Amino acid sequence: MGNVFNTLSTYLQYDFVQYALIVGVLISLCASILGVTLVLKRFSFIGDGLSHVAFGAMAIATVVSIIFENLEMTGAAKFLRENTMVITMPMTVICAILILGSSRFSKIRGDAAVAMISVSALAIGYLLMNIFPSSSNVTGDVCSTLFGSALILTLSKLEVVVCIVASIVVVCLFIFFYNKIFSVTFDGDFARATGTRADTYNLIIAVIIAIIVVLAMNLVGSLLISALVVFPALSAMRVFKSFKSVTICAAVISVICSLMGMLVSIVVGTPAGSTIVAADITAFLLFSLIGKVTGRAA
Amino acid sequence: MPLLKCKDLTLGYENIVLAEHLDLEVNQGEYWCIVGENGTGKSTLMKNILGLRKPLAGTIEYGDGLVKNEIGYLPQQTQVQRDFPASVSEVVISGFQGKTGLRPFYNKQEKEEAFRNMEKLGIKDLAGRCYRELSGGQQQRVLLARALCATGKILLLDEPVTGLDPKVTEELYDTIKKLNSEDHITIIMISHDLEATRKYASHILHFGAEIRKEVVARG
Repeated sequence: MGNVFNTLSTYLQYDFVQYALIVGVLISLCASILGVTLVLKRFSFIGDGLSHVAFGAMAIATVVSIIFENLEMTGAAKFLRENTMVITMPMTVICAILILGSSRFSKIRGDAAVAMISVSALAIGYLLMNIFPSSSNVTGDVCSTLFGSALILTLSKLEVVVCIVASIVVVCLFIFFYNKIFSVTFDGDFARATGTRADTYNLIIAVIIAIIVVLAMNLVGSLLISALVVFPALSAMRVFKSFKSVTICAAVISVICSLMGMLVSIVVGTPAGSTIVAADITAFLLFSLIGKVTGRAA
Repeated sequence: MPLLKCKDLTLGYENIVLAEHLDLEVNQGEYWCIVGENGTGKSTLMKNILGLRKPLAGTIEYGDGLVKNEIGYLPQQTQVQRDFPASVSEVVISGFQGKTGLRPFYNKQEKEEAFRNMEKLGIKDLAGRCYRELSGGQQQRVLLARALCATGKILLLDEPVTGLDPKVTEELYDTIKKLNSEDHITIIMISHDLEATRKYASHILHFGAEIRKEVVARG
């Protein structure tokens, strides 16, 4: 046991481990508070769809950096390779707006639009990564993008700062628009009929989700982002009954699970992303059980 | 000036016209019921009045000091609401949302008003309960209280008694009637229940092959 703590305290002295912990906690906090809204709006899969978009955007960023290199713009290439967010963030935001917009205005229904955009991005991303391999180990690159295995420990300082700022912005926006998000989620028609600008708030929700997805790619990789969004909300809903308590509980569950997951993965050496998700699954089972026992689950 | 004035409305969606040349004037304190088969344009009319959808042609004007965000609405229950974790007081106070503008939180006055509305509808004791665990009749009362937070003037109700048992239906109708006669709130209700319509409404709008207006005589 003492050995475990020794290992932990050794690791915790490193900058990059501290960064990873801070970023991990913030991202899981953001993902979980919006997760409640997404689950209730039947948009659980938008996180999944957008994460594939972010994966495709990541591949494009790699390609662009190679092009820069060939043009002998080494500085720009290096910057881009270390800060892929510059490209992934705007692209994901645009796709989020397209997906949420399309569900109201086009003939392609919301879930179909998500499926279409996400597989396209996934396919094109993988295609690009193979045509323009950035290293000899394409499979390894793809795997770490999808599952986030090593990414969390290779964050650049800029990415950490961006992450902290973005998280603060997300939390502030959420608190500021909390009551509006509630009424738009609970009953969009009523909100619209009584003069709330529901479409604007839906747009804000879409943009915030896109930001969270891009941030979360570093933590758990693009395949497991949905888990961060969906699990804490579902767990909290097993036990709590009001929107406020569910939101707060989801945030707490999410932060605890990702902290535990990251610490375990550091000590045991498992991939951070999947360990965090495993912790979230455990929490879900636990809360389901509590819900059953206390008879509060609906 | 009537509260609501529809002039030469054409109801429908995309390429399908459901009804044409509809003129309607609703005055303060009236109790309108809209009856007719499914697919004749009742719900479309209501969505037009609420501004959720634009009419294919014609105009809708609000008058008598009525502003767009002062219309109370009792929609049909949606799938989302059936498993939504929300307390009764959270749902009721969200009725004020249209009036808060950019202000992020509800003020004290709104909280008190929400509480009064819950009291008026007899759901004060349910304030802390979970919305999805209530009975159908209680849920409708919660949504009615929310609608009252949004308006003191006009309520639009979309088949409010669907799925309720006869006793609860009767109670809900009585409550709505009371809001109409005591608080002078104008009512526009879509209904399938012709018998109750005759009993409570002051005006009936029949949808069908042609649109017919009827003033209910009270003996």
